[in-house]
Amino acid sequence: MPEFTLIEAVNAAMDYEMSVDDNVIVLGEDVGANGGVFRATDNLQQKYGELRVIDTPLAESLISGMSIGLAAQGLKPIAEIQFMGFIYAAFDQFLCHASRMRNRTRGRLSCPMVLRAPYGGGIHAPEHHSESTEAIFAHVPGIRVVIPSSPARAYGLLLAAIRDPDPVLFLEPKRIYRAQSEQVENNGIALPLDVCFTLRQGHNLTLISWGAMLTETLAAAEKLSEEGIEAEVIDLASIKPIDKSTILDSVEKTGRCVIVCEAAKSGSVAAEISAIIAEEGLTSLLAPILRVSGHDTVMPLFKLEQQYMPSVEQVITAAKKVMEY
Amino acid sequence: MTTIAEFSVQYSQFLDSKSTLKITEEQLASHGINADTLLIFYKHMLLSRTFDTKAIALQRTGRLGTYPACIGQEAISTAIGLTMRSEDVFIPYYRDVSTLLIRGTKMEELLLYWGGDERGMDYSVNREDFPLNVPIASQCLHSIGVAYAFKLRQQPRVAVVVCGDGATSEGDFYEALNAAGVWQLPIVFVVINNQWAISVPRDKQSRCETLAQKAIAGGFSGEQVDGNDCIATQIQLEKAIASARAGNGPHLIEAITYRLSDHTTADDANRYRPIQELEQAQAREPIQRLANFLLERKYASESQLKEVQTQCTQAVEESVQRYLDMPPQPTSAMFEYMYQEMPEQLQQQLSQLSSHRE
Repeated sequence: MPEFTLIEAVNAAMDYEMSVDDNVIVLGEDVGANGGVFRATDNLQQKYGELRVIDTPLAESLISGMSIGLAAQGLKPIAEIQFMGFIYAAFDQFLCHASRMRNRTRGRLSCPMVLRAPYGGGIHAPEHHSESTEAIFAHVPGIRVVIPSSPARAYGLLLAAIRDPDPVLFLEPKRIYRAQSEQVENNGIALPLDVCFTLRQGHNLTLISWGAMLTETLAAAEKLSEEGIEAEVIDLASIKPIDKSTILDSVEKTGRCVIVCEAAKSGSVAAEISAIIAEEGLTSLLAPILRVSGHDTVMPLFKLEQQYMPSVEQVITAAKKVMEY
Repeated sequence: MTTIAEFSVQYSQFLDSKSTLKITEEQLASHGINADTLLIFYKHMLLSRTFDTKAIALQRTGRLGTYPACIGQEAISTAIGLTMRSEDVFIPYYRDVSTLLIRGTKMEELLLYWGGDERGMDYSVNREDFPLNVPIASQCLHSIGVAYAFKLRQQPRVAVVVCGDGATSEGDFYEALNAAGVWQLPIVFVVINNQWAISVPRDKQSRCETLAQKAIAGGFSGEQVDGNDCIATQIQLEKAIASARAGNGPHLIEAITYRLSDHTTADDANRYRPIQELEQAQAREPIQRLANFLLERKYASESQLKEVQTQCTQAVEESVQRYLDMPPQPTSAMFEYMYQEMPEQLQQQLSQLSSHRE
C-alpha cells in the first residue's frame, strides 16, 4: 500500500479518476508542465495530455466560469485556484451560476465541477496566501464545501467530490500538505460526503474542528487525556451541508462542546455549528459552547500568524473552562 | 519605429434603412436568400415583436414580472436563430426572444420565467442551450467551456454567445475573448450593440471606435454589421459560424442596432434618452425595413404581410393562454433542484415549511 502525504493523495485521487473516466479534466494556472505550485497536478499533463490538463490564462473568473460550460456539456472539470486569496474573482461565477444551474433549469443542466484551492495559514506565505474564508462559501445554497484533514480523507473525499453531481468547493489545508504520510490504498474508493468523521472517542467533551486545526485539536485531546479528560474529536470534513446528527449525538453524550477553527470568529462555520447545537441540542448542554478561533482581524503577515491561529494551549484552556461547569 | 501589426474592422450593410438592396439578387441567391426565406425571416421578427408587445401588456396588467423587451433588435436575434444548427449551443443574455423561439423554446416557457415561475428555463426542445443570463457578461465564460468541450471531443459544433454593449466593459467579457483566442475555440461572439446599457450610452461605455475591435486583443477577428439588416446579419453570421465549425477559431460580430423599448418594464428611458434619437432610430428599425423591401420587390403582398401578423397574434395569444392556465408550482419547487439528492437539512427545512403552510 503506498504512503501518501495529503498533497500526494490529492494527486493520486485526480490521477485515479482521470484514468477511469475520460470526462474528468483538470484546469488551472500552472497545472500543466509545472504540476501546480504545490505539485497537486504533478505528472497529470504528461499522462493525460494538454487537452485534458489545461494551463489556463491567468484569469480566475475564466477558470470557474468555463468549468460551468464544461460541466453543462457533461464533462467533470476539476479546477484549481492557486491560493484561496485569489478565489474571489472566481466566486462570482461559482455563486451566481454554478450553485444554481441545476435549480434554474429544473435539472436540465447541472454543474458537476470541483473547485480546488489550498487555504489557511502557517506556512509563512506572503499576503493574501493564508486566509480561511470557508464560511463565505458555506453560506451559498447549492454547493458543497469539503475540507480534508488527512491524506486518506483527502483521497477519499476528493474522489467523492469529483463524482458528486453538484458543484463542490474542495479546500486543502496547505499547512499539512506534507506534514504526515500515511498508507492509503489507491483503489478508487470514495468516502461519503455530508458526514463528519469521529477521530477520537470520548465522553467528557466534544471537540469539533476541520482542516489543519485538527492537528492542534487532536494534540489537545491527548494532553487532556493525560489529565483524565476524555475528549471526543470530530472532523467536520463536510462544511456544507453539515452533518448535524453526528454533532448532536456527540454533544448529547458529552454535554460540552468546543469548536476549533482557524477562520475569523464572527460569522464563521463555528458560529453555524454553535447555532445548530443551540437550536437542537440545548438541553444536552452542561456548559456554554466555546469557540477557539482566529480573530476578526485581517490575517496578519507571517510574523504574527502564530498569534492569530489557535494553539494547543488555547484549546486546552477552553476545554478546561467548559469542564468547570 | 516600425509598424509591427495593423488591424482593420469591416462593416457590412446589404439592406439599408431605406430598404435599398446593396448587393445583387444573384448574390442573395448564392447565400440561399430568396423571397421565401425572407418572408420566413419577417415572420420570426414579427413574432418576437408581437410577443414583446404582449409581454409588456401582461406586465402592465399584473400578469408578468419585470420584462426586458427586445424591440428593435429582432433582425440580429432572428439571424442567429436561423444560422445556427440545432446541435450547436446557444448561450443567451436576456433579450434573445427570436433566437430562442427559433431554437425551440416555447413562448410560454419564456413567460413562465419572467412570470416568476421556476419551470421556465427547463426548455422542452433546445435542451443543451443555456438559460437566460441576468448578470452581465458572465455567460461569455460559459461559452468557453461549452466550446472547449466541442474541441476536446472533436465535434463539429459551434457555441454562439450573445451580450450587449455594456457587457463589453466587463472583465468576464475580456477573459472570454482572451481564452477563446488562446485555444482557437469554435465560438461566435455576438455583441448586440443597442446603444444603451440601461441609461449609459455607448460613448460613455468605451472610447473604442468599435466594440468589434475588442476581438483583436483576443487574437482574432471582429466585424460590425448593421444589426437591423436581415440580410447582412444572416450572411455574416453564416460565414462566422461556418468558419468556427471548420476549426478556424472564434470571431466576433458587433451588431449595430437600437433598443426601441425601455431597458425593462421597470425603467423609463425618457429620463435619459433624447426623443429625437429614438425617432431617428425608429426610421432604421428592422421589421418595417424588410416589409418595405418585400413589398417593393413584390416578394409579398400587403395582405400576405397582414396574414403573417394575424398568425403571430394568434400564436402569441395561444401561448399566453397556456401560460395563464399552468397549474401553480408547489412550494417544494424551490427545494427540489438545489442538489441532485436533497440533503438532510433541506429536507428538514422543507418539512418545517410544509407543516407551517398546512
